Amino acid sequence: MNNTAALPIPALSVRHLTVAYREAPVLWEVGWATPSSGLVAIVGPNGAGKSTLIKACLDLVPRLSGEVRIFGQPLAAVRRRVGYLPQRASVDWDFPATALDVVSMGRYPRAGWLRPLGRFQREAARAALAEVGLADFASRQIGQLSGGQQQRVFLARALALEADLYFMDEPFAGVDAATEKAIVTVLRRLADQGKAVIVVHHDLATAPHYFDHVLLLNLRAIASGPMSSAFTPDNLARAYGGRLSLLDQAVAAAAGAPGAAPRG
Amino acid sequence: MMNADFFAALTLSLGHNAAVVVLGCAAFGLAAGLVGCFVLLRGRALIADVAAHATLPGVAAAFIGATALGLDPRNLWLLMAGGALSAALGALAVRAAAATRRVRDDAAMALVLSAGFGLGVVLMSVVQSLPTGGQAGLSHFILGQAAGLAEVEAQTLIGLALVASVIAVLLFNPLRVLCFDEAFAAASGLPVRALDLSLTALMLLVTVAGLRAVGLILVVALMVIPAVTARLLTERLSIMAPLAAALGAVSGWVGASFSAAAPGLPTGAVITVTACALFLIALTLSPTRGVVAAGLGRARMGYRIGRDHLLRGAWEELEQLRLGPDAPFATAAIAAAWGWSGPRSLIAVTALRAAGLVRPAHEPGFLRLTPAGIVAAQGVVRRHRVWELYLTRAGGVRAFAAHRGADLIEHTLPPDVEAEVEAWLASADPAIARLAVPPPVEGAPA
Amino acid sequence: MSVVEFMQLDLVPMLAAILACVTCGLLGTLLLLTRNSMMGDAISHAVLPGIAAGFWVTGTRASLPMLAGAMGAAVVAVVLIGLIRRLGRLEPGAAMGVVFSGLFALGLLMLVWSGADRVDLDIDCVLYGILETLIWPAAEGPASLIDPVALAALPEELWLLAGMFAVTLTCLLLFWKELRLAAFDPAFGAVIGFDPRPVRALLMLLIAAACVAAFWAVGSILVIAALIGPPAIARLLTERYAAQFLLAAAVGAAIATVGYLAAALVPAALGAAQGFNAAGMIAVMAGLGFALAAQLSPFRRGVVKQRRAAP
Repeated sequence: MNNTAALPIPALSVRHLTVAYREAPVLWEVGWATPSSGLVAIVGPNGAGKSTLIKACLDLVPRLSGEVRIFGQPLAAVRRRVGYLPQRASVDWDFPATALDVVSMGRYPRAGWLRPLGRFQREAARAALAEVGLADFASRQIGQLSGGQQQRVFLARALALEADLYFMDEPFAGVDAATEKAIVTVLRRLADQGKAVIVVHHDLATAPHYFDHVLLLNLRAIASGPMSSAFTPDNLARAYGGRLSLLDQAVAAAAGAPGAAPRG
Repeated sequence: MMNADFFAALTLSLGHNAAVVVLGCAAFGLAAGLVGCFVLLRGRALIADVAAHATLPGVAAAFIGATALGLDPRNLWLLMAGGALSAALGALAVRAAAATRRVRDDAAMALVLSAGFGLGVVLMSVVQSLPTGGQAGLSHFILGQAAGLAEVEAQTLIGLALVASVIAVLLFNPLRVLCFDEAFAAASGLPVRALDLSLTALMLLVTVAGLRAVGLILVVALMVIPAVTARLLTERLSIMAPLAAALGAVSGWVGASFSAAAPGLPTGAVITVTACALFLIALTLSPTRGVVAAGLGRARMGYRIGRDHLLRGAWEELEQLRLGPDAPFATAAIAAAWGWSGPRSLIAVTALRAAGLVRPAHEPGFLRLTPAGIVAAQGVVRRHRVWELYLTRAGGVRAFAAHRGADLIEHTLPPDVEAEVEAWLASADPAIARLAVPPPVEGAPA
Repeated sequence: MSVVEFMQLDLVPMLAAILACVTCGLLGTLLLLTRNSMMGDAISHAVLPGIAAGFWVTGTRASLPMLAGAMGAAVVAVVLIGLIRRLGRLEPGAAMGVVFSGLFALGLLMLVWSGADRVDLDIDCVLYGILETLIWPAAEGPASLIDPVALAALPEELWLLAGMFAVTLTCLLLFWKELRLAAFDPAFGAVIGFDPRPVRALLMLLIAAACVAAFWAVGSILVIAALIGPPAIARLLTERYAAQFLLAAAVGAAIATVGYLAAALVPAALGAAQGFNAAGMIAVMAGLGFALAAQLSPFRRGVVKQRRAAP
């Protein structure tokens, strides 16, 4: 276990973060700090830069300016404590690989450069696959899995990293209800183990039920904090401002937040 | 000697035949540049290359067939027809291979290109063993040999090139719509499939026309390079197309003249290198997309952003510590907050000192704002806060989204947006408007 | 045909073709899996000025300066393609078209200007390869295979190809998991500390070197058949990563053998005086092999769907 309990160092803190693509979403002077553990949602309209924020924190897109600290240190110093779950559409699922092959990639850091993956690491990958309920699919080619199963393979690969802070890019996108439930269960367990999970989340209706903290993002950090204090109609209106069709939905979601029924 | 010949060929005074050949290559360059614009914009550059390589088996088969039937195997029309047929078959084969879904377009193209060309090479070795006298004439179809072009062949080339150009000009508007917005073209009743087919036909026409003079390997270069060069210089197709045509014509003219003066050089290679030279000039010097302009622009923007960030960082630091605006501040703290590397903050500080906006304080590692720097910092901070308020309070996200420049906008706010923001501020709640103005700081000049 | 005749005239070209197609097939698998096949075409054209420069420096056909020159040219090509894509905001195909045709044309002119085309390295070699010239006159029978004197007289192109095969195999095994990660999910690799860039750079350099080695066997244009043909056929036959490489190597060896023999034997059977071009025949075999495998593939669309629905 890591010494996360001793000092409340934020799992992730960001200052003055600016990212400019040529013609794509951007982030503009985002400042934000998460708690040291728990489930954190990044919520905002399409094109608000949610994925970009994650990628900028992970050095996957160049930053124009800004400082990113993970557990108080730069990324390079804490790489082994960071996990990542990219968008499912970001890879080629026709690739000749089995589910176990993909999950094994999560064990590569334990093996190191140029060394083959040992039996112990393979078993750890198998265990991660079992944790998401896909033990029977280990030798299935990934292209023959359903969308939800593919998403769970990605989740298992992230779990295999045994990180303390996870970045997850839309893990609930396009998955069936059973998978969504399974993923939430795994996330909850991670939080109970004292880990921090930052999730790009699309669904305003379920956000308050799944997550403890929230960042409302629309090119800027509109509001952040515990779900109860930050996920307010006023803040949502500001985050979704200018997009009227979404605005009503957002306000309704916030107004009914505590007891509202999750979407069917 | 070679120089004299080159200039003679360039000015069409190296004899009648050479003049016709140079004109032929120029006409071909014109047609290729024009058609190439549409090929490029439609994303067909590599398909054109595949089709060109796939002409070889057709050319060789036509040669063999003509020999077997007792026809003249060197009849240019016959060979070109064979080439066009097998190129079309090659394009169809790409589609069929990609339809297996197990390999993608890229692999399908690579396969058809190599198998087609390979078949051509095999047939060429068959031709070589024919009694009619070797493949000497045929090998020119691969790399091109304009100098040996007979006058009638050069005239054929000119004729085909002009036909292709005229068709491209006639179809200009529908093709433009097709290239920029296929869905719109279909919705507005344009025959998309027929247009697409005619573009492919144009591409094939240009390809086979150029085979004898430029060669099948580099015929695609003359379609792609002038079009890409023109693309670097302009955003508008109505300028790009004639520009590409002109660049292609110049490349053909100059390249063919070189080749006429030095008949050993493969014409296609000379023309391609000429086109590439023009391309490199454009890549370096293009005012909008050139290497030099991009480098300068990035340096200028980098300086501007560095200046704004340093000034605002200093102001906010002093504000937080409740110090006067001319109090010393630590550069290291600001550099860390903005994620600057050591060299980058050194450059920013040096530039600001040179501009007279900051000066060193007595304490090492500390700076002070000069009076000019205080004015500048106040302006930067105000602009930032107004912009921020506008975005978050006024629901200005829509305006923002329309100008994706983000951070860049803050540093180079377009005048219309600035006016919009100021108008909003003037009509806003005074309590909000007050937030925009940097609070008075102790000791600040009035 | 006697054994001695076969060993003198056909053994070395066949071995060279097999080595070239196996090496290229292994490397091409990674291009195919990352949907970068045409990059192989671009590199195989773009190395020509490097080959010409290397030849100009040393005056011999198989040399290290030539490999170095080709790698340099490949690096220039990759950098230029990236630059043009970014500055011109062009699709990759167009940027590749500009760079590889420009460099290829430059290489051709360098060959002609340097006079190399009159010596040893003529343009026909660029177009068709020179398999037929790789003869082994010192062979006097099977015993020559263990005779150091006879082995020393083998064409140096064969040693170059064998060396490239060994280097390729070593790198593939050494970087097995790094290459897989960089091919499947480079962003994930970057996050967990496996930067995909050095691995990709290594792959591009290996491909450039393989292009030079294969250049002697099949010529510049048909290298792409050796690079993409075997892996594309293998892709139709397996869903496993390791099997994909093994099959690509096997298919590479098969098309080289069948292609070479067909080029040598078919004309003889037809009574023609002269053999067909072997490099061209190998490329044709790649195409035929693909068409055949597409018919026999167990993973055609309908079949896969049924299998997916079954469990």
